[in-house]
This record gives sequence, structure tokens and C-alpha cells, in this order.
Amino acid sequence: MVKKIFFQLIFFNLFFLKEVFAAESGGMPQLNPEFWISQIFWLTLTFGILYIVLSKLILPKISANLELRKSQIQENIEAAEKQRESSEAKLKEYDDIISKSKLEANNIFKEARENVLKEINTKKETLDKQIDEEIKKVEQEINLLRKGASEKINKIAIETTSELLVKLIGTEVNNSSISAIVDDLSKRNGDKYYGN
Amino acid sequence: MAANPMTQFEVYRIGPEIKVGAFDISFTNASLFMVISSLAILIIFNLGSKKNSLLPNKIQLLAELSYTFVSKMISDTAGSKAKPYFSFIFSLFMFVLFCNMFGMIPYTFTVTSHIIVTFVLAAFIFIGVTIIGFIKHGLGYLKLFVPSGVPIVLLPLIVVIEIISYLSRPISLSVRLFANMMAGHTMMKVFGGFVISLGVVGGWLPLSFSVALTGLEILVAFLQAYVFAILTCIYLNDALNLHH
Repeated sequence: MVKKIFFQLIFFNLFFLKEVFAAESGGMPQLNPEFWISQIFWLTLTFGILYIVLSKLILPKISANLELRKSQIQENIEAAEKQRESSEAKLKEYDDIISKSKLEANNIFKEARENVLKEINTKKETLDKQIDEEIKKVEQEINLLRKGASEKINKIAIETTSELLVKLIGTEVNNSSISAIVDDLSKRNGDKYYGN
Repeated sequence: MAANPMTQFEVYRIGPEIKVGAFDISFTNASLFMVISSLAILIIFNLGSKKNSLLPNKIQLLAELSYTFVSKMISDTAGSKAKPYFSFIFSLFMFVLFCNMFGMIPYTFTVTSHIIVTFVLAAFIFIGVTIIGFIKHGLGYLKLFVPSGVPIVLLPLIVVIEIISYLSRPISLSVRLFANMMAGHTMMKVFGGFVISLGVVGGWLPLSFSVALTGLEILVAFLQAYVFAILTCIYLNDALNLHH
């Protein structure tokens, strides 16, 4: 099938080429000078108008557009560069402020801590003093009380012994002899009861 | 049966016959496509330059990309001295490109497939470049034909060759564009004719060829416009920066 087409093609080809050559013997229309002048005239006219309009009106506009865009882009790039620089400066400023304020905050914190510590110490000292004084007072009182207590106890003991003796033997015993015994006892055992 | 592949290049009158003296300057299909191409260029680039936004829209991007493309092409080949000729080379490149591209649409006429059109453009470039060269360097421009570092024995021969090559510039420039366009379109027409003549059975092969050729021809259309413009730049470079 393919072969058949191929041969057919060659056959028609030859057949057709003959016709082409036959037709071409009539000549190329390009070499017929009948319309040469017309073509030259119209070519000059159209190309001339095209050239004038393009060179006077359109191309300057395109060139201006391109230049404008170029300069605009350049300007934008410059503006962006400026803004970048200013933003970097601002960032630096900001960093400075932050570090400064950090330092300040640290200082303030330290000061405050010192102040508080000082206050605490002074207060502690005064409190300690007060406490010491009070302790001293109380100790004195205790000492006084302790001194007074043995005498009072002796008195109570004497009284109770005398009353007990009255109740037990019915006769009053001389208080001075009882007190001598109580004193003696209290001296012997005083340390047992009142010793620290 | 298949039509003659050369009929697509025929020029015919549209509208009445206009005569100025002995010259026939009637509006033809070639004139129509010159006007269409020029108008398309003007409309596209006018829209592309109308408003300038920082982020260009598609048509503005197209206009600006072609502007930078051509300006880079000129500065690469002819240096900064060629800046005053930017508009001309830009118009030339766009005109040839649009004529070539409009020719790729079926049933249209390819303006650049006519030797007279390409030759007028090339001759204009040749004459212009020669005038620029003589204005810039005076008679010193003739040094272009005397390359430095050539043995004196060979010099007469070299000078003759250089002069011939210089004088053949407009012919080579015009024939290159014209022949490329004509050959491509003729070939497409021939393959298109094969599709019809081989029918449903055998027509698929030339059809696929035709599709591939269309892609190739679009590439050629761009490439030839580029080559035309870049050769103009190179000739201009010779005239502006004389160093041989």
C-alpha cells in the first residue's frame, strides 16, 4: 500500500512538474515590467509614510517610555536603598535603647535590692535590740520573781504547817521554830525546785 | 488540476487605472499589501506606545521588545554611531517582516517576492550608505577598497574584487530576499497542488510536507527580514567606522 502511494507520488510528481515547466515558460510575473513603476511608487509612498510616522511620532514615544521606566526603576531602587539604610539605623537605635534600658533596669533593680536589704538589716537590728532589751527585762523580772517566790513559798509553807499543826495536835506551835525548819528545808531542796 | 504556482505572484490592478504622464501608478494588490503591512505596523506600535505603565501590557511589551531587539542589533553590528539611522532600520526591518508575514496568510500577496520591490529597497540602502560614507570620510571612503596588510602584488586584484563585491551589494541583498520568498511560496504552492492531484489516497504525504513547509516559511520570513536589516547595519558600519 505504502509502495503504491510512493510510486503514485513519483508518477504524479513527474506529470505535474511537466505542467509547472510548461506554465513557467510563460515567465515569472516578477519580470513583467507592467506594474514596476506602480510598485516603486507605492513602495516609496507607504514606506515613506511608515518611516516618517515611526521616526517622528511612535519611536520617540517608545524610547521615552523605556527611559522613563528605567529611571523610575532606578529611582525606586534608590528609594528602597535609602529606606533600608534608615530602617537599619532605626534598628540600631532601637537596639541601643533596649540595651540601655536593660542596663538601667538592672541598676534600678540592684539599687532597690540594696535599699531593701539595708532597710531589712536596720529593722532587724532595731528589732534585735528591742528583743534583747525585752528579754533582759523579762529575765530581771523572772529573777526578781524567783527571789521573791522562795520567800513567799516559805511563808505559805509556814502558815500551812502551823495550821496543819493546829489541826493535828491542837496546839499552836511557835512560828519562828517552824520558819527555821522550813528555811532549812528550802535551803536544802531549793535547788531541786527552783534550779534552772 | 493544480493551478500554476506562479500565478500567486501576479500583480493586478485594483480599481481604476491611474496614470501620471506616461507612468502607470495604479493601485494594485501589491500596493494593497504594502498599505496593509504599513498600517498594521503603525497600529501595533501606536497601541504599544500609547500609555506608559510600569508593568507593560502585551502590546506594549511587544513594541518595546522589538524596539530593544532592533536597537541591540544595530549597536552590536554598527556601534553607537549608527543611532541616527535607528528609525530607518527599524522601519525597514518591520516593513520587510510584516510583508513577509502577511504573505504567509493563504490567498494573500507577498510584496517582498517581487524583485523590483526588494531591489528598490536595496538600491536605496546602497546609495544612502555610499553617500553617508563619502560625507563622513570624503574621498578617504575609497580606502574601503584597499584592505590593509595585503601584499602589493595582489593589491590590483584585491581592489577589483572589492569594488565588484561592493557594487554587487544591492543585487545580492535584493535577490536574497526576493528569491527566498519566491522559492518558498512556489514550493508551498507546488506541494499544495500535489495534495489536490494525489487526492485522498496519496495526498497526505504532500499535505504533511506542506504543513512542515509553512512552519519553515514562517521561520524564513522572519530570518530574511532579520538578514536584510542586519546586512543594512553591516553596510552602514562600513560607511560609519572605516577600518579595514
